[in-house]
Amino acid sequence: MIMKHRDYYLTIADTLLILGQRLSEWCGHGPAIEEDIALSNVALDYIGQATALYKEVSEKAGEGKSEDDYAFLRDAWEFKNLLLVELPKGDYGYTIARQFLFSTWYYHFLEALHNSKDEFLKGFAAKSIKEVKYHFQHSRDWMLRLGAGTEESNSRMQAALNEIWEFTGEMFINSKAELEAIADGTGVDNAKLLDVWQRIVGAVIQEAELTLPSDAWMQKGGKEGKHSEHIGFVLAEMQFLQRAYPGSKW
Amino acid sequence: MVNADDIWKFLEEVEDPEIPILNVVEMGIVRDVQWREVHNNWVVTITPTYSGCPAMKTIEEDVMQCLADHGLNEAKVETILSPPWTTDWMTAEACEKLRQTGIAPPEKNSADKGLLMGVRKEIKCPRCHSKQTTMVSQFGSTACKSLYKCNDCLEPFDYFKCI
Repeated sequence: MIMKHRDYYLTIADTLLILGQRLSEWCGHGPAIEEDIALSNVALDYIGQATALYKEVSEKAGEGKSEDDYAFLRDAWEFKNLLLVELPKGDYGYTIARQFLFSTWYYHFLEALHNSKDEFLKGFAAKSIKEVKYHFQHSRDWMLRLGAGTEESNSRMQAALNEIWEFTGEMFINSKAELEAIADGTGVDNAKLLDVWQRIVGAVIQEAELTLPSDAWMQKGGKEGKHSEHIGFVLAEMQFLQRAYPGSKW
Repeated sequence: MVNADDIWKFLEEVEDPEIPILNVVEMGIVRDVQWREVHNNWVVTITPTYSGCPAMKTIEEDVMQCLADHGLNEAKVETILSPPWTTDWMTAEACEKLRQTGIAPPEKNSADKGLLMGVRKEIKCPRCHSKQTTMVSQFGSTACKSLYKCNDCLEPFDYFKCI
């Protein structure tokens, strides 16, 4: 059996899994216990959402793979996540800036995915958006608090935004798998999400007393399997156990 | 021979692993109990509160155990995502139990979009009922709760957030 939109499912799932893995690096290292717990909770939501998609692919694609195989036994070029999510976690400001830029896109992506002709994705979107609403609010609150905080927190937030900016463009372009999914009403046209994203991001950046980074050359490639060096390190840590002890169970 | 109503009753014995004062039926986690000819058996359908809820596996096992305790060894448990779980499904009785335990129950209407604009709901202190409360953290001891404190009685408390 061939699953028509396998790669579309994986594009979404991989982004969620890798970001969940990156966020989980804060577990035990958060700047305060509340934030440690908050980021671990957000990470769990992403990993849970990714699991639901991998499970669906594992049942429908007929590749004889389990949901875990997709997470633990694929190599870098098979991952279709956004470059944005594989970047190292940086300082807390950097993580917050990425969370804010990502969850603003992701919230609207899910809102649009709720109109998908694919029943599973429609249900997935309805479930996930409830969680992502809280992720968005959490990151927005911290953008404001740190941006309009002290000179130090403001300069760190600005540095984070400037560094991350060139990785935001990839959210709004469509890969081959995405174009195929858009064509039959399964997928979301990312290009259409740019306006609302710019509006919200611009408003929050202004309220946070930060400066919108100037337009930069936008990086891309993650969704086509062309990654930065960072993915190797993420996978090395995430996949170590299954690589060293194949088939071991929890 | 047991019927679906009996099974619903049995399932009230299954505690929510993270909030043991509530059972999985009043939490709205159990969605359906059905006899399926294809399986020639009972199928209990459950749904996760949150996608990443780490208690899901335990709940599934506890449901199986409960059914087995009532002689239904071959019954099946199925997990669905749609329609998505909402705090609106929690019974009034469940909300009252939460309040008595010191957890502020979810403020109704999960469809509220004010959250996106930074609008916050008024959350009442479960202890002294004051409306003068402050959110300490969006995420509390579990994914489904936020951490608040009461500015009047100074009690820190969990709020079961609306989704």
